[in-house]
Amino acid sequence: MPETKFEPWNDPNEKPLIEFRGVTKRFGTFTAIDNQSFDIYTKEFFALLGPSGCGKTTMMRMLAGFEAPTEGKILLGGKDIAPIPPNKREVNMMFQSYALFPHLSVWDNIAFGLKRDGKDKKAIAARVAEMLKLTRLEKFANRKPHQISGGQRQRVALARSLAKAPKLLLLDEPLGALDAKLRQDTQFELMDIQETTGTTFVIVTHDQEEAMTVASRVAVMDDGRVVQVDTPDRIYEDPNSTYVADFIGDVTILSGSVTPKDKGYELRFAEGQPTLYADSDLSLTDGQTGYLAIRPEKVAVSPEKPEDRRNALKGKILDIAYLGNLSTYHVELPTGQVVKAQTANTRRLANRPFSWEDEVWLSWSDSAAVLLER
Amino acid sequence: MRRAILILVPYLWLLALFLVPFAIVLKISLSDYNLSIPPYTPQMDFSNGWWQGVKDLFAAFDFENFIFLTEDDLYWKAYLSSLQIATISTLLTLMVGYPIAYGMARAPEQWRPTLMMLVILPFWTSFLIRVYAWKGILSTEGYLNQVLLGIGVIGEPLTILNTNVAVYIGIVYTYLPFMILPIYAALDKMDGSLLEAAEDLGCSRLSAFWLVTVPLSRNGIIAGSFLVFIPAVGEFVIPALLGGSETLMIGKVLYEEFFNNRDWPVASAVAVILLLILVIPIVLFQRNQQKQRESDG
Repeated sequence: MPETKFEPWNDPNEKPLIEFRGVTKRFGTFTAIDNQSFDIYTKEFFALLGPSGCGKTTMMRMLAGFEAPTEGKILLGGKDIAPIPPNKREVNMMFQSYALFPHLSVWDNIAFGLKRDGKDKKAIAARVAEMLKLTRLEKFANRKPHQISGGQRQRVALARSLAKAPKLLLLDEPLGALDAKLRQDTQFELMDIQETTGTTFVIVTHDQEEAMTVASRVAVMDDGRVVQVDTPDRIYEDPNSTYVADFIGDVTILSGSVTPKDKGYELRFAEGQPTLYADSDLSLTDGQTGYLAIRPEKVAVSPEKPEDRRNALKGKILDIAYLGNLSTYHVELPTGQVVKAQTANTRRLANRPFSWEDEVWLSWSDSAAVLLER
Repeated sequence: MRRAILILVPYLWLLALFLVPFAIVLKISLSDYNLSIPPYTPQMDFSNGWWQGVKDLFAAFDFENFIFLTEDDLYWKAYLSSLQIATISTLLTLMVGYPIAYGMARAPEQWRPTLMMLVILPFWTSFLIRVYAWKGILSTEGYLNQVLLGIGVIGEPLTILNTNVAVYIGIVYTYLPFMILPIYAALDKMDGSLLEAAEDLGCSRLSAFWLVTVPLSRNGIIAGSFLVFIPAVGEFVIPALLGGSETLMIGKVLYEEFFNNRDWPVASAVAVILLLILVIPIVLFQRNQQKQRESDG
């Protein structure tokens, strides 16, 4: 049986859970969020990604109810949430600092929200036990937060925010305080828990790798604006601007005037250099400035000029970054521009064919590079 | 070895300035009143050799003064009244001090040193002068009555000076910084996101205060309360200057025994009992501090 793909954003019949409608947030004269509209769907794992100060945390705090939009509306299940105070919203948040109550045990921390709802003792105990099991914390129920490790604290914070079964869970840099190895494991754990509980997650992060790993869709933010909202693969392969291309992963960007040709455009990026070709759906005028974004892993390095490819440039190896499984070559063109190329190290180091100062040819296919308008 | 020396210095200090005077007071409390200089017997008499002298001294000791304290109801009434006044004024100080400490901890960062300064500032003037100043404020013709009469809140002047109310005002005023500073220290350490988390989980502002802020400042409240309660029990200057004839406090009784009656042995017995009463809260206070250090560590 073919599994139906989870893509509610492509289904016109699907009602979004969260709707941002022209939301603006100003602090004094500073505009943190500038007239933004986008939707988040039920069961989505939605990532707000951007550098610090881009407004992603403000966006999340508006969802939690700690900030109110200056203009515009945020709808949750079709209803404006502005008049609902944070303690009445079906939204829970996992704080960056975890904000665990130091005077309460792990068990009491998780039960805190349930007790506020006035549920009976049995129901609370059952729900806490369920959460402890979900986050594998059964053994630590009676410990105080300062008696457990950072990773365990992170799981307590998650269990506490999930205990009330919120419609929407907000995660503010949830893995920021963990070391790299633990972070990776926890990312997969988070995805599992999201799938098990079926809760809608919105995660705020500045770590593009984390966003790409966990999220069903990523909103890349810059300076109070959402630049692109799309699935991780489309964000990577099909960025809509040089900002997104540059923020996500490694990229070389060459700019110049474009001329329509075949199914795309030809780009003249420097005097005395061959023109470069890229397939594109954009409608650009002849002579307009275009930006060509090329991912390093799509660039092949060869000692001779390849005959079968239209895009080929000659250069000198400036630097080699050896990453173990991969090597990244920084190749300097005669114009001084540097193009990055990446190859998988399938052979042992001793057999590596290129060295510093070697003259090499860089080439890529017609569809490898992305032409951008801005 | 260096550690032993480091520890020895404060212990020698305590020995010289606390234990030795206490031993002297204890010795006097076991002696009898006598018209002499000093006004008690037995005196140390080593004319028959020092061992015989010590033996004679101990033979003459008795608990007469302590028994006397139980016979005259003035003393236990004074103890009880002191404890009561100290308890009430500690609660009042907490009620006044907590909001001030809370306000300081919530104030913008750049204001806090100034606010802290304002709390400590009264210490720069003599305690005696400040308590004396309250006489001028609280007396029948004092500033407070003049202001209240002036704005027409009251028809005739209030009698505050020379009542227990004046004593409460004096104690709250004097010991307020001791309450504010430990509570402020506890509140200042508190992570603001804890209150947001409490609200996010369904608390109102008020229940977040009771469920999170108060428990987290508990150690500060306890420390501040002891710092006010312990000296307030033995307080002498404030009841003597601001209190009236009905204000019964053990510090005042002690003063009168010592300087008016010149009955050093009874006065010493009063002091020894006072110390025993205070040992209990002091031990509790130490345990609180210990626990706080453990939870911080």
